[in-house]
Amino acid sequence: MDTEFILRAAEAVHQAILTHESEIESLDRAIGDGDHFINMKRGCVTIVGMREELAPLAPDVALQRIGMKLLSTIGGASGPLIGSFFISMAKAVKEEGTETLPQIATAFSAGVEAIKARGKSDIGEKTMLDVLIPVSQTFTRLTDEGFERASLLAVLKREAEQGMLSTRSMVATKGRAAFLGERAVGHIDPGAKSSQVIIDTICDLALMK
Amino acid sequence: MKKFINQVDDLLVESLSGFAAAHHDIVSLNLDPNYLVRAHKAESKVALISGGGSGHEPLHSGFVGYGMLDAACPGHVFTSPTPDQMLAAAVAAESGKGVLFIVKNYAGDVMNFEMAAEMLPFEHATVMTSDDVAVENSTYTTGRRGVAGTVIVEKVVGSLAETGADLAACKALGDRVNSRTASMGVALTSCTVPAAGRPTFDIEHHELEMGVGIHGEPGRRRELMRTADEIVADLVAAILDDLKPVQGSEALLMVNGFTGTPLMELYVLYNSAAKLLKQQGITISRSLVGDYTTSLEMAGASITVCLLDEEIRRHWDSPVHTAALRWGK
Repeated sequence: MDTEFILRAAEAVHQAILTHESEIESLDRAIGDGDHFINMKRGCVTIVGMREELAPLAPDVALQRIGMKLLSTIGGASGPLIGSFFISMAKAVKEEGTETLPQIATAFSAGVEAIKARGKSDIGEKTMLDVLIPVSQTFTRLTDEGFERASLLAVLKREAEQGMLSTRSMVATKGRAAFLGERAVGHIDPGAKSSQVIIDTICDLALMK
Repeated sequence: MKKFINQVDDLLVESLSGFAAAHHDIVSLNLDPNYLVRAHKAESKVALISGGGSGHEPLHSGFVGYGMLDAACPGHVFTSPTPDQMLAAAVAAESGKGVLFIVKNYAGDVMNFEMAAEMLPFEHATVMTSDDVAVENSTYTTGRRGVAGTVIVEKVVGSLAETGADLAACKALGDRVNSRTASMGVALTSCTVPAAGRPTFDIEHHELEMGVGIHGEPGRRRELMRTADEIVADLVAAILDDLKPVQGSEALLMVNGFTGTPLMELYVLYNSAAKLLKQQGITISRSLVGDYTTSLEMAGASITVCLLDEEIRRHWDSPVHTAALRWGK
């Protein structure tokens, strides 16, 4: 994973988020407060707009810059969570590198751990973590087992989708949807949906590589 | 959507600029990162800093000034401000006695202020407001939301800070006021986040949202519209159930409009709530009625009861000179 891949991923995610605008917005209107799509878009536009600044940088430096920038741009609950994800991922990339799949899995896992710590949240609470944790765990397990790249990515896409769908039947205990209690049951969490879109997009991009 | 807007992306900065121009004798505005500080920096007092999403005006910018906040950090509409704003505001406002953050208990606000606090080069503490009793299930670890009662916390702690009290004393009084304050709101219409362009939730003509949050996020349940007295009875019952005041308690009664409800109706709510509280043996010795913690153009209101004691009453009565609250000076 080089810096160019990170930038192309950001551009692809930006497009994918725009494509899913109405879906993410209607989920957020149902159980959130209507700002999730706007915040995600603002984050994407920000990273895409940093291409010239980021392109010459090493991946870990680029990820760190992205994290700090998102922290001061997105706001809301997403800002600290996604900002912390990138900053922790940058640290792991700096220590471990990004040449091999196990290294990337380690960096991704470090990012997900940072979201858990900052949000004081875990799997099963109807949040983005219901997508990110299973994807991260499977990513680590399959790379340890030496899974072949294309089938690994296909499994991660499926894992993300299952995680996203699993939030439908959950009662929220974290995030804005927590205020609804039982009323949120039956709705997919908008943060889980946008996370699934992001994972799906990045896997597709990696498959084309 | 029909709103006074030039470009939707310019709305926040244009509004902040207008606010700062209109109240240049009280506040000055810094852009990028966005924060408002007192036009005349206070010396040798705990710096009180609050902030939150925009769209709740006058909260918090309208409460920057003598007797209340030293700085406020406005985020995008209904979106928490970011740590760089709080850090810059703290550097601008700090005067040697530390920084007290006053934060409404919403996940985004909590995390952004938490990250700012971790980076702060000053002695600091945080008062978390959580006056909204609408969320019934206490096992929700997110906990209760901070809503209109935050205004009372900011006023009372602001007054204490002016006396030169230290950080620990300010934090303790803030926590105490919060624990003696309970609120609940009801929405009659939705509101439209300008960047989203359509109403946050759908509500029928004959419906109301009981226990609504200040972002239009749903509350306890959707109910049928009914009389003011009946609605107030439910709000007051939930508040008293939480506060459990003893006979003869003294209280401040606040009726807060969300913007779309006329003052005339807010006084109908006040009239009704005051009667109920009196029946329960509570003496209302102070009041506040008006739009203080709003939700864009939403129609609806919240009721807040704060149980007073000699100290809290004294700090509520003391002089205040801000854009939105001004008396005694």
